[in-house]
Amino acid sequence: MTSAVLGQDTRPVGRGRPGVRSTLTRGSALGLGIAMIWFSLLVLIPLAAIVATAGKDGWAGYTDTLRNPQTWSAIKLTVEQSAFVTVINVVMGTMIAWVLVRDRFWGRGLLDLVIDIPFAMPTIVAGLVLLGLYGPKGPLGINVANTKTSVTLALAFVTLPFIVRTVQPVLAELDADVEEAAASLGARRLTILRRLVLPSLVPAIAAGAALSFARAISEYGSLVLLSGMLPYKTEVVSVRVLSFIEGGDQTSAAALATIMLGVALFVIVALDVIQRRVARRG
Amino acid sequence: MVSLPTPAKWALRLVVIAYVFLLVGWPVITLAQNAFADGLASFQAAFSDPDVVHSLVVTVEISLWAVAINTVFGVGMALLLVRYEFPGKRALSALIDLPMSVSPVVIGLALLLVYNGRTGWFGPTLEAHGIVVIFNSPGMIMATCFVSLPLVVREVVPVLTEIGNDQEQAATSLGANALQTLRRITLPAIKWAVVYGVVLTLARSLGEFGALKIVSGNLTGQTQTAPLVVEQKYNNFAQGEAYAVSFLLVLISVLCIVVVTMLRPKESSS
Repeated sequence: MTSAVLGQDTRPVGRGRPGVRSTLTRGSALGLGIAMIWFSLLVLIPLAAIVATAGKDGWAGYTDTLRNPQTWSAIKLTVEQSAFVTVINVVMGTMIAWVLVRDRFWGRGLLDLVIDIPFAMPTIVAGLVLLGLYGPKGPLGINVANTKTSVTLALAFVTLPFIVRTVQPVLAELDADVEEAAASLGARRLTILRRLVLPSLVPAIAAGAALSFARAISEYGSLVLLSGMLPYKTEVVSVRVLSFIEGGDQTSAAALATIMLGVALFVIVALDVIQRRVARRG
Repeated sequence: MVSLPTPAKWALRLVVIAYVFLLVGWPVITLAQNAFADGLASFQAAFSDPDVVHSLVVTVEISLWAVAINTVFGVGMALLLVRYEFPGKRALSALIDLPMSVSPVVIGLALLLVYNGRTGWFGPTLEAHGIVVIFNSPGMIMATCFVSLPLVVREVVPVLTEIGNDQEQAATSLGANALQTLRRITLPAIKWAVVYGVVLTLARSLGEFGALKIVSGNLTGQTQTAPLVVEQKYNNFAQGEAYAVSFLLVLISVLCIVVVTMLRPKESSS
């Protein structure tokens, strides 16, 4: 918190004069006050309540929760699958972004539109939609319902847009002159891609990967119908938290939720650092 | 600009289209086929069920509240973050993004711990004053606001940064008061970004499932929303009805995307 406040003068946005700590007028200060009260009631206090509830029994709450084999298995599955899906997204997302920006073909607009569908579609419907094609009655004859593959599939579906949408604008803004200069100096295509294009995309890919990982870790709705939520097999962390809540064990639910919050917070900080670095370079 | 050799270009194009088609396109088409498998029978069954109709009404009501609140909050917060300097601004800016990476289930739990009427931090006091939050619309509106909180802010901030405050300063120096400047200069300039954020917020709100499952109590005919009805119908072997309601929800979300896609070029050319 302290370092964030101290670091504020290096912020890329805003037009504060150096040395002035606050440029709030009376009206805007009132606005900020009201916004902060709402933000606290809605987000900060409830999230603090989770951490407080989890910490009621000290560290015992955490160790007991983590030592539960079913919970541990859910954490392992979630992290494993989220990491796997993020790797898929790094490759596929970058490729999709490339095709959308550099390629011209009939139907490209439709492809661009379809990428956003997983973001806008209700998560429970996402599960149902995948079940239609990859479930027991699917026309392909492939049935992944209630298997680990169903978790991968659902997570890949809901996280599809993240890397595409972070890489796409960066790729579109890339300076064509530099690439042409490199080509005129005799650099081969692969060298240009590896040495020029890819490095400038890395921050965007990293930001998208962080978002995609965070989303995958926290996914719930799309897994409900598709994965069967079987303990030790397809049960993810969110499902585990919900079963703790439904069982009335708020302390364990809060302990597990705190761990998930830690991951979310880590991702937010990582994103902030990446964005700041990019802004400074640009 | 470096271009790939033709075979590589075609291979890449093919892989990308195949991946997106198998992951999104075909499954969505299958849903439509399932929904219309018996003609319109599933739709008639679903929309003659008063519980389904009620769930749709609840979903729309909750979403409109959440959109209204988040639009005011989002525009106000974006203005504060871009136009003013204050201590803690960077931390606040980062915290606003937090809801996007918090699990819906965790959001539901968080609100439950503070606002439930029995053991919550504020719940018992609020209920003593007749305000029931959990298993009731206030809690459902809050959960929906929480999950879609950053969407308007994140759309408006870049546009506000880009347009700068020259025009606003000019208006002020010509004697316009803060409200006039906001109404005549700032709001028209960020209009499309706001609309874009609103549409995204609407899509997200209509589809919220996990957080609402916890704070709504999922009471059929009372606090049950459309996505919750889909789960219930599917698990109760009324799959046709589940497909019909899902189809309607997909249709709305696709419409939202189409609107957003149509707005985007307008925004960049103006």
